[in-house]
Parts: sequence; C-alpha cells; structure tokens
Amino acid sequence: MDMPPPRPERLALKTELVARLTEALGPTGVIHQLAELRAYECDALSAYRCPPMAAVLPRDTAEVAAVLRICHRMSVPVVPRGAGTSLAGGALPTADCVILGVARMNAVLETDFANRVIRVQTGRTNLSVTGAVEEDGFFYAPDPSSQLACAIAGNIAMNSGGAHCLKYGVTTNNLLGVTMVLMDGSVVEIGGAHMDAGGLDLLGVICGSEGQLGVVTEASLRILPKPEGARPVLMAFDSNAVAGACVSDIIKAGILPVAIEFMDRPCIRACEDFAQAGYPDCEALLIVEVEGSEAEIDDQLTRIKAIARRHDPLELREARDADEAGRIWLGRKSAFGAMGQINDYMCLDGTIPVSALPQVLQRIGEMSRDYGLEVANVFHAGDGNMHPLILYDANKPGDLELCERFGADILKLCVEVGGCLTGEHGVGIEKRDLMWHQYEAADLEAQMAVKDVFDPAWLLNPAKVFPLDASEARRGRPAAA
Amino acid sequence: MRPDSEAELAEMIAAAEAPLRIGGGGTRDVGRAIAGDMLETGGLSGIRLYEPGALTMVAGAGTPLAEIEAALAAEGQRLAFEPGDWRGLLGTEGESTIGGVVAANVSGPRRVTAGACRDFMLGVRFVDGAGRIVKNGGRVMKNVTGYDLVKLMSGSWGTLGVLSEVSFKVLPEAEARGVLLCEGLSDVQAVSALSRALGAPWEVSGAAHLQRGLDGAPVTMIRVEGLADSVAYRCGELQKLLADIGDFTVERDPERTAAGWRYIRDVAPFHGRAGEVWRLSVTPSQAPEIVARLDGAEAVYDWGGGLVWVLVPDGTPVRAALTGGHATLFRASAARRAEAGVFQPQPAPLAALEAGLRAKFDPKGILNPGLMG
Ligand SMILES: Cc1cc2nc3c(=O)[nH]c(=O)nc-3n(C[C@H](O)[C@H](O)[C@H](O)COP(=O)(O)OP(=O)(O)OC[C@H]3O[C@@H](n4cnc5c(N)ncnc54)[C@H](O)[C@@H]3O)c2cc1C
Repeated sequence: MDMPPPRPERLALKTELVARLTEALGPTGVIHQLAELRAYECDALSAYRCPPMAAVLPRDTAEVAAVLRICHRMSVPVVPRGAGTSLAGGALPTADCVILGVARMNAVLETDFANRVIRVQTGRTNLSVTGAVEEDGFFYAPDPSSQLACAIAGNIAMNSGGAHCLKYGVTTNNLLGVTMVLMDGSVVEIGGAHMDAGGLDLLGVICGSEGQLGVVTEASLRILPKPEGARPVLMAFDSNAVAGACVSDIIKAGILPVAIEFMDRPCIRACEDFAQAGYPDCEALLIVEVEGSEAEIDDQLTRIKAIARRHDPLELREARDADEAGRIWLGRKSAFGAMGQINDYMCLDGTIPVSALPQVLQRIGEMSRDYGLEVANVFHAGDGNMHPLILYDANKPGDLELCERFGADILKLCVEVGGCLTGEHGVGIEKRDLMWHQYEAADLEAQMAVKDVFDPAWLLNPAKVFPLDASEARRGRPAAA
Repeated sequence: MRPDSEAELAEMIAAAEAPLRIGGGGTRDVGRAIAGDMLETGGLSGIRLYEPGALTMVAGAGTPLAEIEAALAAEGQRLAFEPGDWRGLLGTEGESTIGGVVAANVSGPRRVTAGACRDFMLGVRFVDGAGRIVKNGGRVMKNVTGYDLVKLMSGSWGTLGVLSEVSFKVLPEAEARGVLLCEGLSDVQAVSALSRALGAPWEVSGAAHLQRGLDGAPVTMIRVEGLADSVAYRCGELQKLLADIGDFTVERDPERTAAGWRYIRDVAPFHGRAGEVWRLSVTPSQAPEIVARLDGAEAVYDWGGGLVWVLVPDGTPVRAALTGGHATLFRASAARRAEAGVFQPQPAPLAALEAGLRAKFDPKGILNPGLMG
C-alpha cells in the first residue's frame, strides 16, 4: 500500500505551524516531538506507520475550528483521529499532516430519556455511552467488538456495526444529529432530538465518510430501552453449507434473532486452544441469540431449534444460565485475541449475500491452499458480513505482501458474488485501491464530487477511500486563498 | 418522456436542456410546483431479484408499490418502514412507485422504532442531471464501501438524480398484533404515555395520538407486534405501566388493528377537509406546546410525538411556532407553496452545502429545479 510522498513545502512549515497551533490550544494541546508523535503513527492496521508533523488534542468545537482554520490557511492536511482502532488505516498519518485527536472531548452533554436521545462529545468511547444511561435502563445499540476502546467519532466516520446490528442496525441507523467543523473552520449543525433532519440527508452521507468531509465534534445518538433478557444457543454442524442453509431458514421463518454468529473449523480450534470455551469438535458453529422475557425467549428458541434440527446438527446447546451464556460467547468474543496469539493476522470484512455463503467459504478454503496461508472465518452470518482472518508471519520477508494479495482476492470474490469490499471496517488505505473492483469511474466521481463540496481543497484525510490514481488531480489542488 | 431502460433515461437527461418534472406514479405531489417536461419512470419497472432468505429485494424504480407489497406478502414479508398512501391526503390519483417512495423517503408509523425508508435502502442506481449513470451501495445488508449516496438519494425528491433501480431490506410480517387504545387523554398526557411506552422494553412498533378519533374523541394508540404469546404479554405489561395515565384497552382483531394504523399512516383524518396540512418533525416532548401555539389547529401525532401532522386555517404561520425541528407545507395551493416554501429553509451553511451538491449532481439545473426550495 502506497501513501503519497510528503511535500517538502509543507514540511518546511512545521515550526510556524506548531507556533500557531500552540497559540490557539496552549502548549498542552499540541504534540510535536518525534518521540511523543510515535503514539499517533498508526492505528490498528499496524503494519503501516508514519509519524505526523504534529498532533493536536482540542477540548471543544471552538478549538477544533481554530485548528482547522490554521491548517486550511497553511494548506496542511488534517487526519482526524478517535481512538485509533481502525482496522483499515483510516487514521494513518502522512509525514506532512496534522493529526487531530478528539480523545479529550469525551463529555456527556445531555441525556434525555423522555425523547430517548443522548448528546455526547465524539471522543467518548462507545461503551461509555451505554455506561452513561444503563442505570436508567437504556443502552446505545451499535456494539463493535472494540467498544471498550473505540470512540463515537470513529464509529460515525466508519459507520461501525456490531454483533447485534441484525436487529438494531449500525451507526447510521442510530445517529440523529451532529455538530461538525468543515475544513475551513466553519461549524455546521445537523439534526438533533427530532427524528429526521431537514433538507437533503447530509447526516446519511457524513456517516461513513471516513473523516473526509468534516471533523465531527458532537453527536446526538438514539438510546433504546434494555431488553428484559437475552439467551444464546449454540449449534454445531458438520459442514459450512448446512450451517449456511440453517441461517437462511431461520431468517425465512420470520424470527429475527439479535445476533447470528458463524465460526468455521480453524477458528473454532484456535478459540478452543485459547479460551477453552468447550466448543464441540465440528466444521461450523452458529451462535444464535434472542431477547425478551424468559417465556418469550423459550418461545423463540423452541422455534429456532426446531428449524436447526431439520439440518441434523451435531449438537444443540442452549444456555441454562448466565454462566453458560457467557461460556458460549467466550470463544467468539476472544476470536481475534486467539488468532493474535497464534500469529500475525489480517482481518477482512467483505459482505456477501447470505445465499452465497457456502460457495464463498469453499473458494476461500481453496485459495488458502493455493497461497499457503491459513484462514479462519468468524462472522456476522445474519447479514452476510464475513471476517476472514488470514494468518501470516510479519517477520518473514514477503509474507505481508502475500497475505495482502490473498486478502484482495477474497474481497474481489465478495464483489463477484454480489457483495462488497467492506461491511463495517471502512475502506481507509486497506481497500482503497480495490475500489476499482466495486465501482466504475462515474460511481467514484459522484462520491468524490461530494468531497469537493465539503472540502474543496482536499485537505481532510485526503489519501484514503479513493484509489490514489482516481483522486490524484484533486489532491494536488491548492487551497483557496 | 417515458424511458424504457436506464440507458434510454441517461440519453434523455443528457440531451435535455430545459427543466424536467420527474414523476413515478404522480401520487406524491409535494414541493414547489415546477414547469417543465414530464419524465415518467413507469417504464423502468419490475422486480429484478427477491431473496426472502436474505431479506433483500431489487426492483426497477418505476415498479408499482402494490406489486412489491404483493410479492412480499406472498412470502410472509413486508416493507418494515410502512410507507403511506398519500392520495387521499393530497387529492392525487395514480399508482405509487417504489422509486417515488424512496425519493420522498416515505416512512410510516413503524419508523419510530424500526427506522425510516432510508434506513432500509441498500443500494441505488440513478442517472444524474448530466446523464451519467451512477451506482452506489449494493444488495447486501452491511456496506461501508465508499460514501453512502444511497441515503443522500433517499429523500432528495428527484433533485440530485433520477432513480432507475433500488435495492432494499425487507422484514418478516409479524405473526400477531395488539393495539392499546385509550380515549380522552390530553395531548400532553398522551405524549407522555407514548414516551413512557417507548422507553420500556416491550418493543412498541407504533405510538400515535389523534386529537379527533373516528367518534370525535381523542384517542391514543400503541402497537405491539410479534409472536402471539409475546404480544399478549407485552400488551398486559404496557397496560400496567400506563395505568396511572389512563385506562388502556387492548384490541387484537387483525383487520381492525390494521385499519387503525392505516388511518394514521395515511393521515386519513384530514382527507377532503379544507385548510392547509403541515408535517412537523420535532422533539417529541415539545410537540404538544407547539400544537397549542397554533390557533384552530387539529393534530395527528405519530412517532411518539416526533411527527405531527397539523391541519390549520389557510395562511397560518406554522414555522413561527417551532422551537427546533422543521416544518413542511405538505398540502396547500400552488401559490401558497411558492410563497411560503414547502421545505423549511436550511440555515446558511447547510444551504450552501446543499446548493454545492446540486451544482455537482445537476449541473444544468434541470432535475425538479426549485422543488425543495
Ligand atoms: C479488535 C478490534 C475489533 C473490532 N471490531 C469491530 C466491529 O465489531 N465492528 C466494527 O464496525 N468495527 C470494528 N473494529 C474497527 C474499529 O474499532 C472501528 O472502525 C471504530 O469505529 C474506529 O473508532 P476509533 O475511534 O478507534 O477511530 P479511529 O481509528 O481513530 O479513526 C477511524 C476513522 O475515523 C476518522 N475520524 C476519527 N475521528 C473523527 C472525527 N472526530 N470526525 C471525523 N472523522 C473522524 C479517522 O480519520 C479515521 O478515518 C474493530 C477493531 C479492532 C482493533
């Protein structure tokens, strides 16, 4: 993956830039020593690193606006950063940019239970949004596995999802309003506690725009009443195809579980070794979770188990208590950790039509043999969002590149069967150059036209999302005086 | 003009030099009246793909809504966002199309918890104002590959492009439905009852209040859908929860409950009555005060109070009564619509972004120009 080379004329501005930023934020708000900048040199796609020219940690919308005005005037690119957990390199700096981190902006500004909305500064972590309302019986629904660390800012930028989005939707379905600062320092307010913002659906296009349209500083989020209870059932099958058919039948039967998670044999084995969750020895596992009162849960699980039995499961294990429920989820939740223990890994997240599941898993298995790299599959089966984890050895020359080529082939396969490159992690730099496989020139042109309107000089996170050859002419543009 | 294919649509728009009025079935005549040649999408019709096991459908934009709903019903599924039929309210005729539903982001009572039309859209194909064919999104349920132009197109009323194909998520039809009904509540009492119900874990799927129900008295309605036993249980719990506000009875009859929610969805209380109709999108708890400020108004509250339809005497300055949110002049004379503006003017920075997007997507200014203001 290439990044555009830093521009000498920008690097030459460092002293002046740091002085101006320090004037605006005070010395504690600006980081410019190389040793300290290391903390901002990468996100969770840690194979790629590059310290920025400076990093700033503003405290509120006004300070963000001040930073952006300065950078705009000096024509210095800005890369917004939440918690740096992006798996796509979304928050990766270039050497001639300023990292704008919102981590200090983590206040709850208002909770309004009557209207089921919370307003927060976007540096607040995902889990602590729920933390602020759970005593009153509410929760914030989108639940990325990284929810302990990741910030609402990054969730909005990536339109993040989670295991429970089959029922509750992803970030965009739970976002009611934002305060956002444009690259020229102007502040816009969109939406609020009412259910649809007026005019064109700008909120819809801002969510998922990967920090390229503006810096989101505050957000109004929909909160929901907590369900009475939840219970998972674990199902073991002797082939991926049968497990896939079972998923489709459950959905067709008109029961909508909150989560349907799928793990294949390599993943089951790794999780077993790592977490001893007590998973059966089988080709494919499903974890299906439903919500409601005890009686409602029984009712739904009875129907779901009846469907599963028609597919001859090797085992059906229903959690009898919280402890067993915890054990069923344990392996799934530690899947990434388990993989990290074995090896370096790359986590993909292409989405496919649920009906293509068996076919795609088989092809991935074949490619795995051809490339000589192991793959484990763990994913949100209800909505077809795959997470193939490719294992490689970072210390072995050429292995990362081999792994990336394999990953690209898997993603192309996802597109081929009617799916897409990324279901929830975003394009970032990781899938940037694969966009040509998903979109024609006119499709990309229409998306880039949106950025032209919000950020005419292409200074916000410019080298992401769009293939470098597609965005080159725009990235070269001088800022308006 | 009535193209039979997307390619023909693109040619027509590329060649056009004068404004076009984009129409699906012509049932949703909202917005400033525009002069221009009619461009009908009826030729871009047909369900292209339907996978009940994946909860997805792809259809030409001109496909009649009725055809889509019938195909879904045959598999026990439905459009969860419950799009309304506005013919009675607007005095229009014709057949609503799915493209029109998406372009107007038509979302009924279930929007309060299930989400709006835009929340169910997975992909679009459209032709922009320069005649370029653009696709965005796809047919899978999770997709963050590039910017979400699917949402931008939903609710853009044909001003950024003409939809040629849409793909969307569908959901299973519920096995059973129960509706809690209470007569005689004040607006304030009703909205607080709806808010309490929506804040409880019983998964309310509709929360509405009519100032004048069928027999003239105010009626508050709360809907629960799901498995039969679950609906019975949840209705019982809600009755207990709301007992100090009012005496809620439970109606379980499928026909009558369906008709009751169609009445709300289609804003039936205002059909054929004199006066102007506004649609307010507001913070739910503020809705009753806003309505109280409007002399001679009658209100239908939906979405727990977040959506208010008001019937007011001609010329009522409704926007002056708002404290946030926005108001759309839904039904009025053409002259009044031109004078007041149908959509609430946006604050300057947002208006500038919108104008910028229109200039990019419709450089010739020919797609429903001025419809949204
Ligand atoms: C172990 C692990 C598990 C994960 N599981 C999931 C999962 O289940 N589901 C899922 O969807 N993702 C998952 N992720 C990916 C990641 O956590 C999400 O993408 C998350 O939303 C990123 O949030 P962040 O605050 O860390 O953002 P960052 O990584 O800091 O930034 C992400 C993007 O947001 C932009 N950005 C940051 N702040 C702003 C702002 N204020 N305004 C505008 N743009 C901004 C950045 O420029 C960047 O493009 C996982 C990651 C890890 C490491």
